[in-house]
Amino acid sequence: MGKLKSNEPSGPVEEKWEKHKFDMKLVNPANKRKIKIIVVGTGLAGASASASLGELGYNVHTFTYHESSRRAHSIAAQGGINAAKNYCNDGDSVQRLFYDTVKGGDFRARESNVHRLAENSVKIIDHCVAQGVPFAREYGGLLDNRSFGGAQVSRTFYAKGQTGQQLLLGAYQAMMKEVERKTVTLHTRSEMMDLVVVDGKARGIITRNLLTGELEKHAADAVILATGGYGNVFYLSTNAMACNVTSTWRAHKKGAFFANPCYTQIHPTCIPVKGDYQSKLTLMSESLRNDGRVWVPKAAGDHRDPQDIPEEERDYYLERKYPSFGNLVPRDLASRNAKEQTDLGKGIKGGLAVYLDFEDSINRLGKDTIEARYGNLFDMYQQITGTNPYQSPMMIYPAVHYTMGGLWVDYNLESSIPGLHVLGEANFSDHGANRLGASALMQGLSDGYFVIPNTIGHYFGSNTLGKVSTDAPEFDQAINDVQERIQKLISIKGSKTVDHFHRELGLLVWDKCGMARDKAGLKEALKRIPEIRAEFWDNVSVPGDGQFNQTLEKAGRVADFLEFGELMCQDALHREESCGGHFRTEHQTKEGEALRNDDDFCFVSAWEYNDGKKAKLNTEDLKFKDVPLSQRSYK
Amino acid sequence: MGETITLTLKVWRQKNASDAGHFEIYKAKDININMSFLEMLDVINDTLTLNNQMPIAFDHDCREGICGSCGAMVNGVAHGPVSGVTLCQLHMRSFSDGDTIVIEPFRAKSLPVIQDLVIDRTAFDRIIAKGGYISVKTGSAPEANDTPIKKKNADSSFDAAACIGCSACVAACPNASASLFVSAKVAHLALLPQGHAEKKRVLAMVDQMDEEGFGGCSNAYQCESACPKSIKVENIARMNREYIKQKVSK
Repeated sequence: MGKLKSNEPSGPVEEKWEKHKFDMKLVNPANKRKIKIIVVGTGLAGASASASLGELGYNVHTFTYHESSRRAHSIAAQGGINAAKNYCNDGDSVQRLFYDTVKGGDFRARESNVHRLAENSVKIIDHCVAQGVPFAREYGGLLDNRSFGGAQVSRTFYAKGQTGQQLLLGAYQAMMKEVERKTVTLHTRSEMMDLVVVDGKARGIITRNLLTGELEKHAADAVILATGGYGNVFYLSTNAMACNVTSTWRAHKKGAFFANPCYTQIHPTCIPVKGDYQSKLTLMSESLRNDGRVWVPKAAGDHRDPQDIPEEERDYYLERKYPSFGNLVPRDLASRNAKEQTDLGKGIKGGLAVYLDFEDSINRLGKDTIEARYGNLFDMYQQITGTNPYQSPMMIYPAVHYTMGGLWVDYNLESSIPGLHVLGEANFSDHGANRLGASALMQGLSDGYFVIPNTIGHYFGSNTLGKVSTDAPEFDQAINDVQERIQKLISIKGSKTVDHFHRELGLLVWDKCGMARDKAGLKEALKRIPEIRAEFWDNVSVPGDGQFNQTLEKAGRVADFLEFGELMCQDALHREESCGGHFRTEHQTKEGEALRNDDDFCFVSAWEYNDGKKAKLNTEDLKFKDVPLSQRSYK
Repeated sequence: MGETITLTLKVWRQKNASDAGHFEIYKAKDININMSFLEMLDVINDTLTLNNQMPIAFDHDCREGICGSCGAMVNGVAHGPVSGVTLCQLHMRSFSDGDTIVIEPFRAKSLPVIQDLVIDRTAFDRIIAKGGYISVKTGSAPEANDTPIKKKNADSSFDAAACIGCSACVAACPNASASLFVSAKVAHLALLPQGHAEKKRVLAMVDQMDEEGFGGCSNAYQCESACPKSIKVENIARMNREYIKQKVSK
């Protein structure tokens, strides 16, 4: 078992980043244009990194499988972005955002990274406003804030329920500005199929042009992955249909350690599953919990309509159990409590759903105010379900939303492969075992705008990189492997669809590695996943050829999920404790809360690929100096 | 759960940009009315796949109406019969048992078909690259609350910025004009004090729109009614005013 070093600078946590910025090596402006950087992914992290690196003068090549980089799934983030501006005069500070995030993550994040994130949060808002992001404003013309789960201050900036869209368009436009200046070359409908490592360093990627099917070799001085999370391993999730694990998994197979894959976030407020045909789940923003009250009938088996259940026969269980945070407890708690209620048979009409009720808020504030705050979310709910949430309470249930795990990175966001940097949801570093609401946008933009432009220069300044040509044997080897795999997928001509296998895997991991996990279930999943994988490679149907072929694209991604799912379950089995989104039923307090095991598991699990055999464990010890380890309490 | 309907689909199939293309007829049997339109296409595609036929190609991703990837003409209407939604948000409860549904790609010279319902919208990116941004370098921004913005302007700016770039406006326009798309970006930035220094952007963006081969606006207002985000034609008026002002100013 190897020990990993975070490479964070010494000194007090609040001085580390400033000190590090001074200590890092720089690259002369004239030399930057001779350095080529590959960025994969154009969500918040990838687009902001591309724009900022382009501004610095690097030769940036950015890749996305989308037809336009503005389609990346950051666009769907609804609720907001946190920043420690303390505009509300309610006691917020960088220190408090840092504290809330470490605690919210159930003490499984790296303190130094989280503090840097909280520091950068302030600059992100300044930058986005300067870019023209139309955040919500008060009548006086200044920026408005609202509150989110896991915090008792209002520090969330928002643009109706479309904050992710507005922030992504800001980053996309900044990147297009650099495309026009020719510092960024954008490759759309180009999917990364493999990472190329030469002399131990990340030196390029193999891509597939999705329009022609042609495989391409791209060499560079460094590679940045900003390719998002792996939530779609569960098949049904709030992720977009194309979100996948391929680029991080391919990098893992080339030597990048995968950290904490079992830390997955199940978001408490999503529209419940309604049928077998369902292709994805839709989130209802956490911001709704500002004004919505969560409840179930007090008695199991009470199948009356909500308006027929009198007040005294309703259980507002979050307000009852957690009086100080009420409906705004962190996501992991809200989700687990919903599951507990439905397990007790108190779900709506006995099913998998609980109420999110706005009646009191509408009576108190008026329908107009509620409409101004959440109008588009209410409309979306009505479109999908056909019921009007102004008149009857929303029905919600938890769904897979975000993955805290990802490729292991050090303080410089560099993976265990030198030269491979990983940003945003694709890395593991800032959210521990549970991410707080409105913190994903913050992290993606912090990494892309403010961290990587500094740390990647340090990489170039401290390494002598020789020229690498795409004629190198490593490129040929990689492209041949990809070609072989594609040929195999097309030639199987089996009798089951790609979605059939994806659905089967998803149901299995949702059941055994979802909101609650135990040893027996995880062992069962670990036995079953290789069987599904074997059947996939024997019997999947991919019509058509190697040119433009959407089924083929999907098949490659599902094939990688079928390998990755096993590592996720292995990690969940290994971690004999409950923390944040990882809830092992064997480890809970008398009240049913997550019970950490700090003596044995206060570390990051970073798994090393082992030629298809059981992955090897490396660990990074976590030290909590500034936010002392404690049992989380939101009561 | 939920009732089912049976439909006849006439779907545009086109192998590639140079293929002439044609309609194919498919029966969609026992479709649950709670399905989304794209989930209904998933069902058809499953059947095609299992018969080793090419599934119907269509772009889609978020399936919650915000990424702007999906879109098709449904019975001649962009994104189908319900106003204010994208194709992925259209549900089968909007149709009746026995209906025939004609499904075609968005059509415009500047948005060529790639395959079936998939079109090439890179023209939109090229227009944005000509000036659809505020040139602020990372790290150089002033404190956010130093510049108050009238709530009315901030709200109007947001309404214009809500455009998802789906190109329904182009498909619905008799001239295949991209005026609504371009004007939404021009208005979003022109309404904010931060965007004032670069108001000349409108000239380069409109020139690029012309270069891409999009038509001019002749006030048919079809774009506004097709827009899933209810972007208003007032933005086009604003763009035209901005264009003239910038054209005559030094």
